[in-house]
Amino acid sequence: MATAEAAAVSVPAPAIGRRSAHPAAAAWRRLIASPVARAGLVIVSVFVLMAVVTPLVHFYDAKTDGNLALRLKPPTLAHPFGTDTLGRDLVVRMLHATRVTLGLAVSAVAVAALVGSLIGLVAGYVGERIDMVLMLGMDILLAFPGTLLAIAIVAMMGPGLRNSLFAISLVSIPAYARLSRAAVLSVREQEFVVAARGIGGSGLRVLLGHIVPNSLPPLIVQTTLSVAFAILEAAALGFLGLGAQPPTPEWGAMLADSYKYFTSGAWWVFLFPGAAIMLTVLGFNLLGDGLRDALDPRLGPG
Amino acid sequence: MTRYAIGRALTVIPVLVGVSLLVFGFVHLIPGDPALTMLGERATPEKVLEIRARLGLDRPLWEQYLLYMGKVLHGDLGVSIVRGDPVATDLWRRFPATVELAGTAIILATLIGVPLGMVCAVWRNSLLDSLARVGALTGVSMPIFWLGLVLAWVFGVQLGLLPTGFRLDSETTFRPVTNFVIPDALLQREWAVLGDALRHLILPAVALATIPLAVITRMTRASLLEELSRDYIRTAQAKGLSQVVVIARHGLQNALLPVLTVIGLQTGRLLAGAILTETIFSWPGIGLWVYESIESRDYAIVQGATLFIAVIVVAVNLVTDVLYAVADPRIKY
Repeated sequence: MATAEAAAVSVPAPAIGRRSAHPAAAAWRRLIASPVARAGLVIVSVFVLMAVVTPLVHFYDAKTDGNLALRLKPPTLAHPFGTDTLGRDLVVRMLHATRVTLGLAVSAVAVAALVGSLIGLVAGYVGERIDMVLMLGMDILLAFPGTLLAIAIVAMMGPGLRNSLFAISLVSIPAYARLSRAAVLSVREQEFVVAARGIGGSGLRVLLGHIVPNSLPPLIVQTTLSVAFAILEAAALGFLGLGAQPPTPEWGAMLADSYKYFTSGAWWVFLFPGAAIMLTVLGFNLLGDGLRDALDPRLGPG
Repeated sequence: MTRYAIGRALTVIPVLVGVSLLVFGFVHLIPGDPALTMLGERATPEKVLEIRARLGLDRPLWEQYLLYMGKVLHGDLGVSIVRGDPVATDLWRRFPATVELAGTAIILATLIGVPLGMVCAVWRNSLLDSLARVGALTGVSMPIFWLGLVLAWVFGVQLGLLPTGFRLDSETTFRPVTNFVIPDALLQREWAVLGDALRHLILPAVALATIPLAVITRMTRASLLEELSRDYIRTAQAKGLSQVVVIARHGLQNALLPVLTVIGLQTGRLLAGAILTETIFSWPGIGLWVYESIESRDYAIVQGATLFIAVIVVAVNLVTDVLYAVADPRIKY
């Protein structure tokens, strides 16, 4: 019963004829049927679009950006989000910061997803001692609060985007390792995998052709949630002066700038970057919740 | 039960060894010569040699690790490079401030989150439920350092209602016996001091409580919903028990167990969140201390505090798991 359901959910492009719609298409329909997921999808798309399009239409030049005559001006028509302490237009900086913050978070998660899933696959498939050692490694990483470990590592390695990328990836790895290991363990002994092995499929072929595709749904959900978390980490590192270095625009670093001047009453300097962080993270969280429901029809909504 | 507790405690040992190895390895993440980097402008040839010798950088790695562990097990977390104080002493002096802040935050989050989650589960899909769910999701998505800034700006700078920094007013003269201000003020019946301390606590505690509050609300709601759909609840209803008794006596009792675990799991997040919150509110706990040490490249402090927090997290998780087994006799290993 559970087996039949699991197979119907996630076997990609079944070769058993057109029994029903492609599972990915069905999942997509369920996804856009949910208002929560739609809201998430819209928010995420807008920010991703901003990140991709901004550098295409406007070149950020730290040297010409800013006009000291316009320091800390409140929002006006010319500068809808106001200007910061160096007279730089906040809209321009916010738009460019989208690419930096989002880019950092997404690339960190991409690395973590690859490395983590690989660790989990190997641990789950090979088992025994290798499994024990790898999972102990993950438990050790999980003993640290993620944000703290990321902060400590970057503090040691020195501030900057590359070190932030390394640290955020590292703390995001265990979630993937655990998930993919669990997925491998749950499908490893199922009949279609045993059958694939039985007809002479090599270990690698069984792993890549059968086990990996069936482990994907939870990993996809985890990826959206990880990106949400990674944005918060990236911004926290930036806020503590460990992430992007000036004059690179980055949401967390922009908040850190504003924080030093905030008794002067310049609310716009910290309101907008923070709101952008919250909104993007919320978007990814909404999308993640929606995806979880869409990819696993066994769970009812909420 | 005892066997489970002992078995669970034993699993902690390899994790702690790994944690110590990782934190020990931090020194080797420092680019270039750690002694030179640590000293920065303060570097003189003698100082560099001294630091190298103190860190044991001239010895083989395994010897360095054993030396480090030997010290850690004796409660020696090294010496601050900038001020020369033992890290462990400062840690104990500053820890109470963080406990007071994080403790208040988790109490706030539990006191609001559990009832709110219950209400949402009982009146599922009501307006309040929808609002609370959106609120909880927003809370989970909140960059708490930004929320802290907004709170400080609105209630501190604009309205002038609450202080935005430190644990007490600078005019307040109070010598706490321990470094816990609130219990000390209570014991000494210093009501003015107590009020002052509480006023300073409100904004940072609210900022720090946001994420755990959201997580606890979501967990309580999901957990109670799951319990309420079970057969024994239907039986209780069929017996003619009132809805209040069914939910409070039967549903809640089982639903609260996973919530307990989630509350335990928040410890790590709270302590990491304290770095950001304390930085914004100049709260003199270990979070602010870590932030300041990062700025002054005082790596021994970063290392010591990280190890300390990781050990606390491991310990709290162990205690939570054992408590769970005590509360739920179905758990057997």
